[in-house]
Amino acid sequence: MTDVRGRSWRQRLFGANTLWIGLVLLALIAVFGAIRPDAVLTTFTLQTTLVETSVLLVLSVGMTYVIITAGIDLSVGSVLVFSGVTSAMAMNAVNDGNATGAGWGTVLFGLLVALLSGAAWGLLNGLLVAWTRIPPLIVTLGSFGAALGAGQLLSNGSNVSGVPEVLADGLGTGTWFGVPNLVLLAAAVTAVGALVLATTRFGRHTYAIGSNEEAARRAGIGVTGHLVRVYLLAGVLAGLAGFMALAYFRVASITGHDTDNLNAIAGVVLGGTSLFGGAGSVVGTVLGVFIPAVLRKGFVIVGVNVYWQPIAVAIVLVAAVWFDQSRRKARNQR
Amino acid sequence: MAEPLLDARDLVKNYGGVQALRGASFTAHEGEVVSLIGDNGAGKSTLVKCLSGVEQPDAGTIAFAGREVALPSPTSARALGIETVYQDLAVAPDLDPAANLFLGRELRRAGPLGWLGVLDKKEMRRRAAAAFHELGVSIQDVDVPIGALSGGQRQSVAVARSVVWAGRLVFMDEPTAALGVVQRERVLDVIRRVRDRGLAVVLISHNMPEVLAVSDRVEVLRLGRRVARFTAADTTVEELVGAMTGALSQEDA
Ligand SMILES: Nc1ncnc2c1ncn2[C@@H]1O[C@H](COP(=O)(O)OP(=O)(O)OP(=O)(O)O)[C@@H](O)[C@H]1O
Ligand SMILES: [Mg+2]
Repeated sequence: MTDVRGRSWRQRLFGANTLWIGLVLLALIAVFGAIRPDAVLTTFTLQTTLVETSVLLVLSVGMTYVIITAGIDLSVGSVLVFSGVTSAMAMNAVNDGNATGAGWGTVLFGLLVALLSGAAWGLLNGLLVAWTRIPPLIVTLGSFGAALGAGQLLSNGSNVSGVPEVLADGLGTGTWFGVPNLVLLAAAVTAVGALVLATTRFGRHTYAIGSNEEAARRAGIGVTGHLVRVYLLAGVLAGLAGFMALAYFRVASITGHDTDNLNAIAGVVLGGTSLFGGAGSVVGTVLGVFIPAVLRKGFVIVGVNVYWQPIAVAIVLVAAVWFDQSRRKARNQR
Repeated sequence: MAEPLLDARDLVKNYGGVQALRGASFTAHEGEVVSLIGDNGAGKSTLVKCLSGVEQPDAGTIAFAGREVALPSPTSARALGIETVYQDLAVAPDLDPAANLFLGRELRRAGPLGWLGVLDKKEMRRRAAAAFHELGVSIQDVDVPIGALSGGQRQSVAVARSVVWAGRLVFMDEPTAALGVVQRERVLDVIRRVRDRGLAVVLISHNMPEVLAVSDRVEVLRLGRRVARFTAADTTVEELVGAMTGALSQEDA
């Protein structure tokens, strides 16, 4: 007799990686909150933590897709820089060299340029990964260097200022019912990213390719085209992140993004997405991205030397990957 | 006999220096189970891959339903109604059985959500459960990744996937290799039922009693070439083994 049934919600909940990651995050907040309740649980701390994490979150959503296909994208931080530079320069160019006083038309134009710049790098990554079968690590290591170099060439190695006031005040520091607009935008991107991954055919094919590429191909899934689209998505989101950083810092900065790629990868992996591909979620990524952010904030507030933060993140990261690996090994031995 | 459904002639396939197929021919008719047997490395899986669009033969012709066809991709074979259980199963271990059953053929919701590509997971799960039930596949949890199932259960899912979608022909490359006695009988039953629906079933197996029990005909591959053909009712295990090892050969095979 056949006995086919689903697992109960309880089994699903406790089987899910995301639950444990969420608990770790809550525990961290609780510990810091217990030590300094006056400083930790304030709107200000919450707001700044969220704002500082928004840009990274947008990068990480794209990275989640890439890693689920068993790929990697080291170029996101450089693409962010490149897109910020092209966007700021384009906005300046249509406003006689200084866009500070420009209106929303310029801002929209700048957004378009940022997205297209990101898309171009994403497309290049995708085509190289999918068509030439060069390992993604190498392809995106190349564009990691090339995108940054191209940005520096364009801007002569210096930051680009002249960001429209309306952009900086609106998206950069504006709020909506007390919630920073930057956070709202990141939340919207994340929500759409999570829904597409979890409920659509695009998402399903992303998992299938990461789980067994050959099986996906034999099942008639257009693996090459799909991989191109996934890297394209990561590039477009990096372009958007560049635009967000531009709005927030009021300048397209060349420096300070060398480790964005690693931070995004760490967040995705902490969030339970497997580097071996085939498994993971955007919800997990949200939690994973906030673990390092909360650690950093918490260390500052309770007065621990902040240089402990990367060490603490490293320990959690290695533990997370080790856990994933042993889980897979146990499964594959059946 | 009626015109064959599938008629492959003189297929050649080289992998670098290895000649996996050296002019192999193969025939299958509608409504019959034909077993493809041969020693390890004889080229059985390679032949199946060439006939299901996964690999491209270097030479030879393939006729399907009387017309010469090219099979440049698995999709093109599937469009002809050809489904395959691969020896390596070709399943996605991280996806659940229903997702694997519908891999590449996902159902979408009705209406605007469907246009956006939103999947109808409930319906897929329901149909998958019905298919597993009908085929006697026992799976306790329809929503665990199939990498967590037993080898036999995984194989059963792959078999179910092929027969659910097949319109005219099913290749099964060692579909019973990992199965227990009960489950093996179920698969053989499924093979007979699919045949009775009028489809052609091609079974690859190293189990000679099983081959004789379920097949109408047997074709023997040796060193990348067809060396013998038998009607199952008129042959014996000794004869089949003789043909596989080269002790016996037929002129007109
Ligand atoms: N992808 C490949 N690359 C190189 N050689 C291959 C490849 N696939 C098959 N071969 C070679 O082709 C020959 C036939 O292999 P094939 O898998 O078709 O045999 P088989 O009859 O299915 O054997 P078995 O009963 O063990 O499954 C073997 O010598 C094998 O080494
Ligand atoms: Mg084989």
